[in-house]
Amino acid sequence: MTNYRQARWASDSLLEPLAFELGKPGRSGYTLPPKLHEQLKIPKNLLREKLELPELSEVEVVRHYTRLSQMNYGVDSGFYPLGSCTMKYNPKICEELACLEEVECIHPHQDEDTVQGALELMYKLERFLAEIAGVDRVCLHPSAGAHGEFVAMLLTRAYHKFKGDGGRTQVIVPDSAHGTNPASAAMAGYEIVTVPSDSRGRVDLKALEAATCEQTAALMLTNPNTVGLFEDKILKIAEVIHGAGGLLFYDGANLNGILGEARPGDMGFDIVHFNIHKTFSTPHGGGGPGAGPIGVKGELAKFLPVPVIEYEEKHKRYHLNYDRPHSIGKVKAFYGNFRVLVKAYAYILLMGAEGLSEVAEAAVLNANYIMRKLSNVRGYELKFDSSGPCKHEVVFSVDPLKKETGICAKDVAKRLLDFGMYAPTYYFPPIVSEALMIEPTESEPKEELDRFVEALKEIAEEARSNPEKLRSAPTSTAIGRLDEVKASREPILSWRMYRRRAGR
Amino acid sequence: MGFVGHPYIPNTREIREQMLREIGVASVDELFADIPAKIRLRRKLKLPGQMSELEVKRHVHAILSRNRPFTKTLSFMGGGVWPHQIPSHVKELVRRSEFLTSYTPYQPEVSQGMLQALFEYQSMICELTGMDVANSSMYDWSTSLGEAALMCSRVTGRRKFIVPALIDPERFSTLQNYVSGPGLELGKISYDKGTGQLDTSQLRKELRDDVAGVYIENPGYLGFLETQVDEIAKAAHEAGAIFVVGINPISLGLLKAPGDYGADIVIGEGQPLGNSVSFGGPLLGVFACRDDVKLVRQMPGRLIGMTTALHGKTRGYAMVLQTREQHIRRERATSSICSNEALCAVTAAVYLASFGPRGLREIGEACASNASYAMRKLRTIRGLKVPIFDAPHFNEFTVNYDDIGMSLAKLNAGLLKRDIHGGKPLRGDFPELGEAALMCVTELHTKDDIDRLIKTLEEILG
Repeated sequence: MTNYRQARWASDSLLEPLAFELGKPGRSGYTLPPKLHEQLKIPKNLLREKLELPELSEVEVVRHYTRLSQMNYGVDSGFYPLGSCTMKYNPKICEELACLEEVECIHPHQDEDTVQGALELMYKLERFLAEIAGVDRVCLHPSAGAHGEFVAMLLTRAYHKFKGDGGRTQVIVPDSAHGTNPASAAMAGYEIVTVPSDSRGRVDLKALEAATCEQTAALMLTNPNTVGLFEDKILKIAEVIHGAGGLLFYDGANLNGILGEARPGDMGFDIVHFNIHKTFSTPHGGGGPGAGPIGVKGELAKFLPVPVIEYEEKHKRYHLNYDRPHSIGKVKAFYGNFRVLVKAYAYILLMGAEGLSEVAEAAVLNANYIMRKLSNVRGYELKFDSSGPCKHEVVFSVDPLKKETGICAKDVAKRLLDFGMYAPTYYFPPIVSEALMIEPTESEPKEELDRFVEALKEIAEEARSNPEKLRSAPTSTAIGRLDEVKASREPILSWRMYRRRAGR
Repeated sequence: MGFVGHPYIPNTREIREQMLREIGVASVDELFADIPAKIRLRRKLKLPGQMSELEVKRHVHAILSRNRPFTKTLSFMGGGVWPHQIPSHVKELVRRSEFLTSYTPYQPEVSQGMLQALFEYQSMICELTGMDVANSSMYDWSTSLGEAALMCSRVTGRRKFIVPALIDPERFSTLQNYVSGPGLELGKISYDKGTGQLDTSQLRKELRDDVAGVYIENPGYLGFLETQVDEIAKAAHEAGAIFVVGINPISLGLLKAPGDYGADIVIGEGQPLGNSVSFGGPLLGVFACRDDVKLVRQMPGRLIGMTTALHGKTRGYAMVLQTREQHIRRERATSSICSNEALCAVTAAVYLASFGPRGLREIGEACASNASYAMRKLRTIRGLKVPIFDAPHFNEFTVNYDDIGMSLAKLNAGLLKRDIHGGKPLRGDFPELGEAALMCVTELHTKDDIDRLIKTLEEILG
């Protein structure tokens, strides 16, 4: 079914040497113009004596990192059904625009009159996002999703403090939540109260009611949730939390599933965050940079980080306002990951209102298609009520296959790599045993979805006929399974640690 | 209606109809039936209509044309993000879509490229800083500082963190927000008015057994070096505190590694290593520490480690020590950071591999030489005090304009009229420095550029 082979630049024990192991003394990969020779006044105790960095020519640098890139799999390589990560196609035009001099070569301390374009673009993007989420005001500063969550929790604290309600020390998080939720709330000083999910895969309303009290500062909720299901009792949930004086925070990781169909603000959420690198198609770069703007309703706006961008109608001019007495201050340097935000702005224009709704429709249809097709395959099962539709993603359990053959979700995922596809998120969410969390996004054609389902079917058959093949998978990738236990038990985290270990 | 056959949505309406039939669903609307009617958005979003690629390009170009890039206007702006040369091959390599369009390397077997590149980044940061362990990035310098303060508190069980008074106020504000959760106390140490050097006698007084960490910057926000590093390290360690040093890594081809003067944790801003200024984001938070189990287990952020294949001896790389991280440890994680600035870190690795020890030293010397020349020439202008502090400087320095008989705002406006972005005004942040500005030069500046600044200033000031 597949002849996938990932590139591999290898000798027996090495895929590609480290940059430190390449090159020769005296080589250089740069040129610089002649410099001034001033007498420097740096004292000897601050001067460097030696620096051990690679010495490579430009040719070697280019080949080395090109080879590394070829041993890496991206959305441009193929299907990337990584649940909760919304690995959709990243339009090339967005990248091109982000590389303009007018983006890359403007300085945040420049006179406002010389960066009106940047301010206008961010101001408009804020309004686009506010409309999409149904909130009043957006702040683009946070660098990533978890950063947005953290800032949201800081706002929550500022809000309760302002109300003289300092006794609210708890944040409620469902057991299906992303790990960043409890971690962000804890960083902001909150105690975490976990509520279980019910048999329908949604927040257990009774448990939520029991957990909510006068100490509740907020509930953090992802909707659609991490099982890919819409929290259909959201209005009641909002009533419970608001009734107790708490705030409702929306984790935007799964916004792709409801774009243009429903808005967190209309559901009662007070603070939302956006994963720009998911929903708005900016490439994830192997772990960032992304952007994690937050949006708020009503009076929460006054607590937002400074500066906020304002438009002076009279002078037809944008400006940065730092005069915000209730602001929580700064959460990072400057105004946000501007270069990433440019891509999101372009993406929203490329899609338009209709296009964004179409994204949700196509993404949700793709997920439902996989859900229905795969539920007919023996070995995989849905753990929760599957009579209704899922949203942008679907979570299958490999329990039946494991019971039958001993093959687990990880084995299945690793074997999928041999089919030239990335693996779904596995063992998450924690409330589904042997979970495979599948998010196809709107970017995949039907043929690819069929190929994926076929692959999982073939893998289930292999589990019965040749389980060893799965346990030793993948074999078509640059390297097979790694000794991750050793990697954490005796960590080698740098070239110098490696040399020390090797006695070199 | 949208485009027929959308370029980013391969399933056309016809195919979607067919898929619906295959799974026995009457309409797309049925797939959203689980959303209560009351909150279904029954109207279109109030956004512009779909645009073609050509229209978007024109539209975005038109907006951005109202920016004046520093490539067209001579600029002396620094203060947290600095323009440097970015070789073409560095840009091109990190735009390779295998890197660009990948997610966090959760599946190491198909992600060795990204993992190895990040391991190289970690390794190079270690060489620069004199540390043993570096994580694969934080958001920026200021959030690295916040995380460092939290880490010091976790490691020592103490609740106070000490910083120099001459710190970037925005970085300090970020730090305040980061430590507000556990409610750590922050202390500021004053400086010598003449040299800007840390008041070590105040430091010793403050260093009681409640101090988790002592933080200095080299070079500091105002461009000068802290020279009493050995003394500060000793004082911090004698009090049982962790010594944290903030750096601009591009200075470290020339300047001593903080690890060589006693730093336990080194943080900083990695943007100068091949990353564009881009209006201040994305940036690259450097975070490194010594190989000490007590420290490493409390580190925030993602760590890439070297290992071998499970079968055979082939060397490979994987994310390690994940039990510190949020997806395993949840509320007991060392930080909530997940997505970071990985591609900026890869950029730094490619940049450092290209420049090597000699190139980095040359850049460091060029920056410091240019700053020295600029200061020398500026001093020839009557009424300017350059630099305010009598200390060695790297690539930034302060200028006091109290005696020019003109406000800095007016002066900077005059410069801008003549196509020069002057320095960043400091009065709002450091009123005690008077009418002052922070100026930056790098290897990008030529002698002619600096001479032009001098000539223009003379012209304006008469």
